[in-house]
Amino acid sequence: MATTNTNKGNATTFTTPSDREIVATRVVDAPRRLVFEAWTNPKHVPHWMTGPEGWTMPVCEIDLRPGGAWHFVWRQPDGTEMEMRGVYQEVTPPERLVNTESWGSDWPDTLNTLVLSEKEGKTTMTSTVLYPSKAARDAALGTGMKDGWAASNDRLDEYLRTMA
Amino acid sequence: MATDPLSITFAALADPTRRAILARLAAGPATVTELAAPFAMSGPAISKHLKVLERAGLIVRGREAQRRPRRLEATPLKEVAAWAEGYRRFWDASYERLDEYLQHLKEQETEDGHDKHE
Repeated sequence: MATTNTNKGNATTFTTPSDREIVATRVVDAPRRLVFEAWTNPKHVPHWMTGPEGWTMPVCEIDLRPGGAWHFVWRQPDGTEMEMRGVYQEVTPPERLVNTESWGSDWPDTLNTLVLSEKEGKTTMTSTVLYPSKAARDAALGTGMKDGWAASNDRLDEYLRTMA
Repeated sequence: MATDPLSITFAALADPTRRAILARLAAGPATVTELAAPFAMSGPAISKHLKVLERAGLIVRGREAQRRPRRLEATPLKEVAAWAEGYRRFWDASYERLDEYLQHLKEQETEDGHDKHE
């Protein structure tokens, strides 16, 4: 499965190379040295990793070494905060970053691998999220209720759309 | 094993028989006999799957005395769908911002480099 999201300019491609993974691939117009900085320096991260319009990132702690912890907190326009933390497993600038990610006890923990490859000044960011189970992966993709179902597939699909 | 609500939902959804049962219930309530019909499975085996789905809050039992039809309970699925949607929106928006931010970093570097050479 591969879907592409073309908002403007560059597109993010989502693929599922194995049962438990989601891979998001995205090209940015900058050398990977800068891209790695943007992903790993707490001075830079809160400037872009802030999701939907109006969110801010009041906490961005990064201890960039294997075994080092990271901790991000986002604040939504209504004041609600969202927290994410994990531990770095591999830190290989400017090409590779592996870390665990936890959204708190209500969510399944994942292992994330970011690989940066550079060509003619542009960097391809390949972000792999490894889920604890196929079900968790499928749920994250929003296709958990779609894949591998027999006769009633379409009905449930429709039904899920009405719930969204 | 994790006992938080979303993990319980994921665990319940991890089995193809249980997903097929939910797909059938999406079309309307059904009795245990009706649910068992498409599967080459014993009554107790089906009951076991139904119990897992019930514990996850994905199905509920009707009150009609004899038939006790099961029906789909949408709330846990909504939570899963909301999480998925939020996740995607988050990264789409962030990557758009990263494009702009990297341009800013590149410009800054060019300026710094320029200053050094002067």
